Amino acid sequence: MMETFDPAAVNWARAQFALTAMYHWMFVPLTLGLSFLLAFFETFYYKTGDPEWKRITRFWMRLFAVNFAIGIATGLILEFQFGTNWSNYSWMVGDIFGAPLAIEVLFAFFIEATFFAVMFFGWDRVSPRFHLFSTWMVAIGSSLSAVWILVANAWMQRPVGMVFNPDLARFEMQDIAAVITSPVAVSHFLHATSTSFVLSALFVLSVSSWYLLKGRYLRLAVRSVLVASVFGLLFSFLVILSGDQAAHNAARFQPMKLAAMEALYRGEKNAGLVAIGLLNPEKKPGDDRPVFHQAVHFPYLLSLLANRRLDTFVPGIDDLLYGNPAEGIVGVSEKMVLGNEALEQLTRYRQARKEKDEEAAAFHLAAFKKVEDHLGFAYLDGPEEAVPHVPILFYGFHVMVGLGFLFPLIFLLYLILALKNRLPRYRWLLRLGLLLVPLGFLASQLGWVVTEMGRQPWAIHHILPVKVAQSNLAAATVQSTFYIFLVLLTLLFVAEVRIMLSQIRIGPEEK
Amino acid sequence: MNLDHLQLQQLWWIILSLVGALFLFMTFVQGGQTLLFTTARSAPERTLMVNALGRKWELTFTLLVLFGGAFFAAFPRFYAVSFSGAYWVWMLILITFVLQAVSFEFRSKAGNLFGARVYEGFLFINGSLGILALGAAIGTLFTGGNFLIDEFNLIRWGNPWHGLEALLVPFNVALGLVAVFLARVLGALYLVNSLRAEELTARLRRAAWKNLLPLVILIPFLLISWQTMTGYGYGESGEILAAAGKHWDNLFNLGLFGIGFFLIGAALTAGGAGLARFTASTKGIWLSGAGAILIGLALFLILGLEQTAFYPSLLDPASSLTIRNASSSRYTLAAMTWVALAVPVILGYVAYVWRLMNATPLSADDMDKDRHHSY
Repeated sequence: MMETFDPAAVNWARAQFALTAMYHWMFVPLTLGLSFLLAFFETFYYKTGDPEWKRITRFWMRLFAVNFAIGIATGLILEFQFGTNWSNYSWMVGDIFGAPLAIEVLFAFFIEATFFAVMFFGWDRVSPRFHLFSTWMVAIGSSLSAVWILVANAWMQRPVGMVFNPDLARFEMQDIAAVITSPVAVSHFLHATSTSFVLSALFVLSVSSWYLLKGRYLRLAVRSVLVASVFGLLFSFLVILSGDQAAHNAARFQPMKLAAMEALYRGEKNAGLVAIGLLNPEKKPGDDRPVFHQAVHFPYLLSLLANRRLDTFVPGIDDLLYGNPAEGIVGVSEKMVLGNEALEQLTRYRQARKEKDEEAAAFHLAAFKKVEDHLGFAYLDGPEEAVPHVPILFYGFHVMVGLGFLFPLIFLLYLILALKNRLPRYRWLLRLGLLLVPLGFLASQLGWVVTEMGRQPWAIHHILPVKVAQSNLAAATVQSTFYIFLVLLTLLFVAEVRIMLSQIRIGPEEK
Repeated sequence: MNLDHLQLQQLWWIILSLVGALFLFMTFVQGGQTLLFTTARSAPERTLMVNALGRKWELTFTLLVLFGGAFFAAFPRFYAVSFSGAYWVWMLILITFVLQAVSFEFRSKAGNLFGARVYEGFLFINGSLGILALGAAIGTLFTGGNFLIDEFNLIRWGNPWHGLEALLVPFNVALGLVAVFLARVLGALYLVNSLRAEELTARLRRAAWKNLLPLVILIPFLLISWQTMTGYGYGESGEILAAAGKHWDNLFNLGLFGIGFFLIGAALTAGGAGLARFTASTKGIWLSGAGAILIGLALFLILGLEQTAFYPSLLDPASSLTIRNASSSRYTLAAMTWVALAVPVILGYVAYVWRLMNATPLSADDMDKDRHHSY
């Protein structure tokens, strides 16, 4: 528990986390997806003995390795940042949150680290069988690490399986199975991995398109396109299904996030889903201004998405803030009153314990237990603080979804043309294909922006606001490390992109 | 799991000690990185060394991440206090490891922005400054940190240096230097074991032996410091008590696991370097490696067991961290103990793959043969 918060320090710490997380996520999706594509390519080589497949495998593996190294580098900062910049968070929920991180290292990172060396350097040192096995282990290991980190993140979106310990003023784990099998963890994992597979397939299409445009390495390019477009197309369906499930979970567990994603201020029955819309920047919660300058809706779809039924009520931002008794919704303003009561009772309980007045302690503890679920609300300055940034969520969500539906069409087009051996003639498509990497990254980054910005103002949903989670550091200190990381990661990123481009220019090994 | 909370806390301290000790062994990667500019005399020699180290750096890195992750899961209060309090030291360490992680892969690639020498410089910085700072940070577990935890669990640090002041404490610097030179001994021995390059390995054999010398001075200094330093213990109800020579007493109270491991470890370390210097054997790394593991175990065990505060507060002794007041709940520790049963399996496949990959030493021919898949 803290008494004062320095908003500048919180903002710098948030900026630093966003910076390092977004840079990390520039590399992780390619690791997740390319590793499986490598495993497919090498499996074809193992089955057919065709040296062209080996050449293809080794070429993409070189790009994979460059990307893998910088992914590890950026991941290290993220893990330690929970301690350095979010120490109050680490203490308050470390009992639950630390476990998946430690399990991730044990069950995933060692697999990746061990078998990466075999995969990259072991071509002449181990049997072809063991080499293939190692390549598969790298792919499986990276997805396993995604399991655990997404379990941890899902818990921040929907905290389960824990209990508050009033003596230590922290949360303690009570049910690890509930943490691991949380529905949010499942949809998170499926969505993050399937979108990463799609992004990697787009990467392969882009690079191959460039070769086709230049008339170089045609066989490698066409075979890569074939495998990547099938892979991308198949996982695009999982992207849509898991994305739908993720939005449904938001409706169940984080209705404010969903309301902001759809810019739904007044809840409604038979709610429609916005297809495209231009927000009115003047709009504030609780006022009567129109939400949109222009908008086109798909009727009923939001109700269907949120509640799996057409005629159901989807709460809007105003309902969630100020309450809607008709729909049985308790507003944030009311929860703040309960939260203050919880904080008051907890303080009195701790005071009584200190004075060894066990009777008073038992009384205040019982009073605290009645309202403890709302403790986090005591730290809000006003109900409006509970609304995430609507424009970022709204536009981010809609651009992401639009791209998510566009990609499978592109995969299908590439697949058909590659099968008919007509791809090199469609130069306009190949030129468009060069844009697929930036578009893929845009969609992928927006996914996390929506997830994490939609969690605001909470570090842990309804339990711990971000501002209470931070370390007790001066704003200038965190500002300094923000700029250090900005310069460092940007330089390394530029180096990485240049190396990638020169490796693509160099192309595969000669036969 | 029928262990009570205290037994689980002790078990997890022992597990962390083992992870720390294994990490100490694996710093041969960092030690080897510091030999790039002195022991290697040409670009091809440096390439050979980088490639031999580059096949193992991820394991060392993973152990560091495991050390952090396991500390977070088992003793979250330490994670919160030390990382946010000694902010600048940890940031310095992290940055050197970030530089390391890209350097192997980027060093020899076209378009890498800075050129090979700069990436070799990054590797040197990680192996020297990074390990020195990490050793000094571990040193503060003996000498204490300038923190205070108030009744709202707010962590305050007593000065604006946020941990950099630790680098002015002789004991911390000495422990940092021990880590650096031990890493150099191990690095030279690992390279002797994994390279086929006559002139280079002859120089590496001499380097292993020469780098023992600072340890001969530093290790007695550590022992004397433990004897004279004020440590903190705690009583049955958890109250913190100052005790002169606490760590020295722990060394002897733990017997074989304390002074025994420490002395046997030191002897094995020297023995491994001697084996490389005076015989044609390439197995010195295994002797010295075992030595490093024993030294590491002794260091961590005397820190946290025997009712010792493993992170004393210099501002407010009552804020000092112990395995009792800094730990996770019994439930979490028990759950994590089940998870830790996987450790032998992990060690098993790591060792198996190690044997496969290091069956024949790396030579200049290998570099020529596979230019595309080497660093």
